[in-house]
This record gives sequence, C-alpha cells and structure tokens, in this order.
Amino acid sequence: MKPFGAAWGPPRWAVRYAPPILVFLAVLAAWEAYVRLRHVPPYILPSPTLVLETLGTDRGILFPALLVTLKTTLSALAAAVLGGVGLAVLFAQWQWVERSFLPFAIVLQVTPIIAIAPLLLIYLEAPMAVLVCAFLVAFFPILSNTALGLASADRNLIDLFKLYRATRWQTLIYLRLPAALPYFLGGLRIGGGLALIGAIAAELAAGNAGKGAGLAFRIAEAGYRLNIPRMFAALALISLAGIAIYAALAALSAALLGHWHDSAAGPER
Amino acid sequence: MTKPLVSLRNAGKIYRNGTVALAGLDLDVRAGEFLTLLGPSGCGKSTILRLIAGLDSVSSGTLTRGFSQARGNIGFVFQDPTLMPWASVFDNVFLGLRLQGISRHDAAPVVNDMLALVGLGAETAAFPRELSGGMRMRVSIARALVSRPPLLLLDEPFAALDEITRFKLNDDLLTLQGALATTIVFVTHSVYESVYLSHRIAVMAARPGRIVEEIAISAPSPRGQAFRTSAAYADACAQASQTLQNAMDEVLK
Repeated sequence: MKPFGAAWGPPRWAVRYAPPILVFLAVLAAWEAYVRLRHVPPYILPSPTLVLETLGTDRGILFPALLVTLKTTLSALAAAVLGGVGLAVLFAQWQWVERSFLPFAIVLQVTPIIAIAPLLLIYLEAPMAVLVCAFLVAFFPILSNTALGLASADRNLIDLFKLYRATRWQTLIYLRLPAALPYFLGGLRIGGGLALIGAIAAELAAGNAGKGAGLAFRIAEAGYRLNIPRMFAALALISLAGIAIYAALAALSAALLGHWHDSAAGPER
Repeated sequence: MTKPLVSLRNAGKIYRNGTVALAGLDLDVRAGEFLTLLGPSGCGKSTILRLIAGLDSVSSGTLTRGFSQARGNIGFVFQDPTLMPWASVFDNVFLGLRLQGISRHDAAPVVNDMLALVGLGAETAAFPRELSGGMRMRVSIARALVSRPPLLLLDEPFAALDEITRFKLNDDLLTLQGALATTIVFVTHSVYESVYLSHRIAVMAARPGRIVEEIAISAPSPRGQAFRTSAAYADACAQASQTLQNAMDEVLK
C-alpha cells in the first residue's frame, strides 16, 4: 500500500521512454500514410513498411556490411581510448609533452575528415584508411576531455597528497585518474558517436574510390542503382548502431559513476 | 623549557602577486596544546597553517619544526571535508597509510579503530555522498588522525556546519585530543568556538597578517556544557572579542 501522501503516477521507465517512442511511432505512421495516400513511388520515398521488408530481404548484403562498419567503429574507438588516455596521462605528467604534441592534436581535430580520407585512401589499404579516419575523429574528444579531467582534481586533495608526500604516480593513480573518470566517460560518449561518423565518412570516400564493404559503401552502391529502399534500410541500421553505441556507453557511465558521481546518480541523496 | 613543536620567527609571506599575507610573525606551537588562530577573513590564518604544513614556504624569517617531517606526521583538515567522492569512507581514511605503502590488510584494524573513535564504525562502506555534512567532516578528521600525527592542523573545519553539529564536533575534537595527545592548531573566526576549544588563542589582525595578542584560556579539561554556560567562559569570550575588535579597528584606522 502506498504511504499516505505518496504521489500516484506511471512507473519511471514509462515516463522516461514512452514520450520519444510515441513521437517516433507517430512520425512513422504519418510517413506511411503519406506514401500510401499520395501513391508515392518507392524510388522517390519508400514507406516504413517497405524499408522494414527490405531489411529482411537484403539482410544477406546489409548485415555483413553492418558488421564491417561496427568492427571498424569499435576498433577505432578502442585505439582512440588507448591513444587519447595515454597521451592525456603524459600531458598531465610532463608539461613539455603537452606543449610538444597538443598543437598537432588540434590540427588533426580541425581538419575535416572528409578532406583527409581521400589522401589516406591513396597511402593505405581501404580498411586501414577507414579505421584511421574513424580513429582521428574519435581521438580528440577523448584526449581533451581526459586531459581536462586530469587537470581538474580538487586543489585541496592535491595539497593533501603533497602533505602525504605522495609520488607523482601515486597522485596519478589514486587522485587524478579517478577524478578524470567522469570527464573521460563524457569524451568516450562523444568519441563513440564520432567514430561511427568517421567510419561512415571514410567508407563513403572508399566507396567513391570503388573500394569498400561497410554500410556507407552499400548506401552509395544502392544510390547508383536507385535502390532507395535499401538506402533507407542501411541508414536505419546506421542509426540503430549509433543508438546502441550511445546506450552501451551510457550504461558503462552509470555502472562506473552511479555510486558516487552526481551526473550518474539518481535524485536521491 | 621544552623545545616548541613549531617555531616561527619574524616570519613573512609575500605572494607572487605582491600581496603581503604575513609580516614579522612570531609564534610557537607547544607540544600537547590546543592553539587557535583567531582573526577576520584575510588575516593570514590559513597561510600560517600552510606554512606549518610545508605546503608553502616563508618569504622571510624562519620556520623550524621540532619533529620529523616524515609521511603522516602532520594531519590536515580543510574547511571542506575534501573527501575523494569515488572512494568509500574506509578508503578515504586509509589514504594516508596506503600512500605510506601499508597494505589494506595491515591498515584495516587501525582504520576501523579510528572510524569507531569518530563514531563512524558502522559507515565504513558508505560513500561520501551518502553522508551528512557532519559525518563527512568526521571522516576528514579520522583521515587526518589515522597515522597518529604529533600535529593536527584544522582550517575552519566547522564553519559550514549548523550550530548543533558544530557543538558536537567541538566536544568530539576535544575528546580526540585527550585520547590521542595530539597537538592541535585550529583556525576559526568564531570567538566562542576559539574560547571553548583552546588552551591558547592567538588573535590576528590583517594587512599585513600578524599576531596582535595571545590569550591563555585556563579552564581545565575536559570541558563541556557547564563550561559553555560559566562566567569564566563569558569573560574569556568578552576578552577575545574585545581584542579582536581592537585589532580590526586598528586596521580600519
């Protein structure tokens, strides 16, 4: 029995997930109705049901391509985590490393990946070029967020570690790295999305060069053949992959920060 | 006469931006005493603690310590509890010992004893965000005392707490000092708190920071509610308050 005065309401999961799901379903219904009522041909705009049907009929082409894209994205993200966190730690430990390398990291960040990809495709095999492109876009947010987190440890705690005569590495392990964890996870979430975008952009470039096997290549290929339903189906898979990556990284954040950090903990104190 | 635990002679501190935080400061910290630095904001109280702790160095004059500066020989409690939010209460208190290379297994009895002493024996697995402000400050005090330092420095530790919690922690701090025989240097701008806690009060004035008068509080220990309501307490508060007022008036002249 609810205690006296307790507010009645729908469960929390329903409050959280029902509105976006309802909006999504409404958009799909409106789209379906528009296509059917206006008799829009599928090479102009396929209906959602046709896109769903294409996902089934073309699964032999689309799902292997999805696996290629996902493998590239996750490999690039793993490399970006290793490189970004490693370099951020070096930045935190030795300022000369930061002064030496940060300008180059910024140059890579501000140069559009779509401009770098064709060059990389000349010098590297297509799968490696796509991987490097995805790595380059995911790397900087992880590096910059982690570096910011490592530099943001509480000043009083830093004084306390000095008072305890902690070594540089003790301060890193017991203070700076845990303090940087929320920042790193924020960078990881951004990097996860960007790795997918980088992989797609590079796959498109690879597709234009006649090389490739990922989802973006399949989109380009379907576009040349005016197979619009397959383009939409591939696009849907890319969106789902992006959502899955984001959800997985959000779950990781909640698991690592839930018991202590306000960004991941519930409203109760 | 025994050598003081800390001795500042004609000490001065000038920050890089040219601010003169302290000038011509003479101060002895005697073993076993509870010394309070009382003064208005900006008079250099916290700077003295940082100098004693070795977190800053004097710009002029001398500072000598009558004890080894080995790890864990000085405990420090900040105005905020300054706990590691990602670590449990146990791990926060364990920190100083861990940095000395002591294993968790070996440290556990000492840490648990200290937590019991500050009344948090049942909260070892809790995280800071699950604790009240007073409980967090107790964890901070336990962390500072776990290595049984000969000197404990407290920088306005109870300033942000409500009065009831503050009174309770005042009593607990005196009990801890009695139990551990630690020398304490305490910073506050509360006249009442300084009189209740201290054997000696060094009243400070600002611009530049200096000690204008030392007041001995002769009331015997242990102190409690009876002392808070006694005429001796009221007289000492009046004296400290007047001295502080004179110091502030002098600055405003």
